[in-house]
Amino acid sequence: MSEETNKKKFLYINRRAPYGTIYALESLEVILIGAAFEQDVSVAFLDDGVFQLMNGQDTAGVGMKNFSKTYKALGDYEVRKLYVERESLAERGLRVEDLMPITYEDENEDYAEKPSIHLVDRSEMAKVIAAQDVILSF
Amino acid sequence: MSTLHTINKSPFERSSLKSCLDHVADGDAVLMIEDGVVGARKGSAFAEALRAKQPSCALYILGPDLAARGMKAEDLVEGVGVVDYGGFVDLAAGAARVCAWL
Amino acid sequence: MRFGIVVNEGPYTHQASDSAYQFAKAVLAKGHEIFRVFFYHDGVNNGTRFTVPPQDDRNLQRLWSELAEKHKLDLVVCIAAAQRRGILDANEAKRQGKDGDNIAPGFRISGLGQLIEAGIQADRLVVFGD
Repeated sequence: MSEETNKKKFLYINRRAPYGTIYALESLEVILIGAAFEQDVSVAFLDDGVFQLMNGQDTAGVGMKNFSKTYKALGDYEVRKLYVERESLAERGLRVEDLMPITYEDENEDYAEKPSIHLVDRSEMAKVIAAQDVILSF
Repeated sequence: MSTLHTINKSPFERSSLKSCLDHVADGDAVLMIEDGVVGARKGSAFAEALRAKQPSCALYILGPDLAARGMKAEDLVEGVGVVDYGGFVDLAAGAARVCAWL
Repeated sequence: MRFGIVVNEGPYTHQASDSAYQFAKAVLAKGHEIFRVFFYHDGVNNGTRFTVPPQDDRNLQRLWSELAEKHKLDLVVCIAAAQRRGILDANEAKRQGKDGDNIAPGFRISGLGQLIEAGIQADRLVVFGD
């Protein structure tokens, strides 16, 4: 168990849609590996990054690996703070219902299933950014 | 403590300048590097957006990137500070964290 | 102060590697330390020794290799990103059954954990990308 004082707050910022570039996939790989280091991890989805969480991704026609279900496993890796920006959704004609349901099991509440996605507006996202120690952009 | 935000793409090419300015906190610093420097020309479509942030954030531009693109300090929105790479290091050291808007 | 530097793009196509290199030099000139330079995404392409850029322009791989040697820098190329893009050291070439390797001097191939560690151990992490 790492000491609270030794934990850094890591934020991974995702601003691009998946598949057009590799950044979504390779940032997810960092998040998964990073989970083993027991830091205080948050993941931000803003601008086109919100598309990474779209439900119903079907890549059969483009011949690329569909890695979207990996986001659903983030809870198992103790990555539970997925901040999705409200304005980014609205600008793109999206609602939170268009996104994959992503949950984690809260061991402090009898493993009750809770949502990992936190919908935040721009000013709240700014506060999330301002609270971090380390910010990784992809 | 504050954040140093870096912007490396032109606002005419990418929305990163807008996204950055939408997320800066009072007291933060914004540094434009690489193609990001073109947005800071006075008279550019983004000059107003930059001026609007000046009361709360310090704006900087990387001098070598400005010169590389044939621009001078006089071409910029007033009040944008010009720094070299050493100044970039100082800005990073003086902030609590660095946030790259790619 | 200890800096971690992340390079997300390959040489020449984007300015990221140049900017990171100039920043790294400035960090050292100011008397700070560089904990690690981590090359991710196409950034791994900075670590091949087979580039032959035009003689009248900078040789980014050589610049990084020489900076690393002079200042004992840790230049790490991410193994997963490197495998995708064909950057190998002798061990990897053997492991993967490839008939050659191409890693440049001063660079080493390692896991993404090295990036996280840089975030933890450095006082500031600065990302250069596209």
